[in-house]
Amino acid sequence: MYKAKIYVNYKPSVLDPKAEAIKTALTRMDHQNVQDVLYGKYFELTLDGTDEAAVRDQVESICDQLLANVNMETYRFDLEAV
Amino acid sequence: MRAAVITFPGSNCDTDLQWALQQICGIPADLIPASQDSLAGYDAVFLPGGFSYGDYLRSGAIARFSPIMGAVKQFAAAGGYVIGICNGFQILTEAGLLPGALQWNTSLHFICAPATLTVVNTATAFSNQYTENQAITLPIAHGEGNYYADPVTLADLEAHHQVVFRYRENPNGSLNDIAGITNRAGNVLGMMPHPERRVEALLGGTDGQGVFNSLAHTVKEAAVHVAG
Repeated sequence: MYKAKIYVNYKPSVLDPKAEAIKTALTRMDHQNVQDVLYGKYFELTLDGTDEAAVRDQVESICDQLLANVNMETYRFDLEAV
Repeated sequence: MRAAVITFPGSNCDTDLQWALQQICGIPADLIPASQDSLAGYDAVFLPGGFSYGDYLRSGAIARFSPIMGAVKQFAAAGGYVIGICNGFQILTEAGLLPGALQWNTSLHFICAPATLTVVNTATAFSNQYTENQAITLPIAHGEGNYYADPVTLADLEAHHQVVFRYRENPNGSLNDIAGITNRAGNVLGMMPHPERRVEALLGGTDGQGVFNSLAHTVKEAAVHVAG
């Protein structure tokens, strides 16, 4: 069994209005030193399987097809045996 | 001509669309549940506005895997006319039938207001009953209508005249003021504004009729061509 911890974020070229709104709020709260905010999604999948390479391929395909819109988002994940 | 209007769980413009097609423009239209997997017998397929599958994950992301979407892809690949309005546009981009993606409006507000558009390309199956650069007013009602595509895709869209409608005053941050585009082949249209909500004087105007009448004209011409 494996646990995949998946992070999905907008590509740097995409202006994320939600992250901008958070940054504006932080500035208003006097956190003037916050230079940048990245606002993304986090998923944890628990998968049956014994072959790590096969599970890795499967998670990649899940991300490409559903969890991320590769037109505007990128993803990365950590896979650990559990 | 016969049209199919797909009802996804959470669609809310499907009956408006059916009304506009059938009662106003005289185009027979059937509501087809997204659980079906065939589109045999139709000349055009409409993906309506709404919040399919609650917009969970991203708008259109889950709807894309409905049984009917396999049929929609085949239908489009065979040259059938596919029109996605608002959430329907979002589903078409998620399904890869149209390039780019719809991002959150830059204001982060859900905007429900009339928008004035320019019809920039009248040489499409969906806009031939308008005049070039005609100004039309259609309602928009979306939170995620901010069109994004990478610079290469965007340049490609412009080079192939795939932009059909542009906002005169950009309401949502869309790149190049894009309100509606077609695919390269010209048989798939996606647009954020709602033509079905502007088809009667009672609703504030009839500017939306042109989309449906253009398509009816295109299908009729093709039939004459085949018969002739």
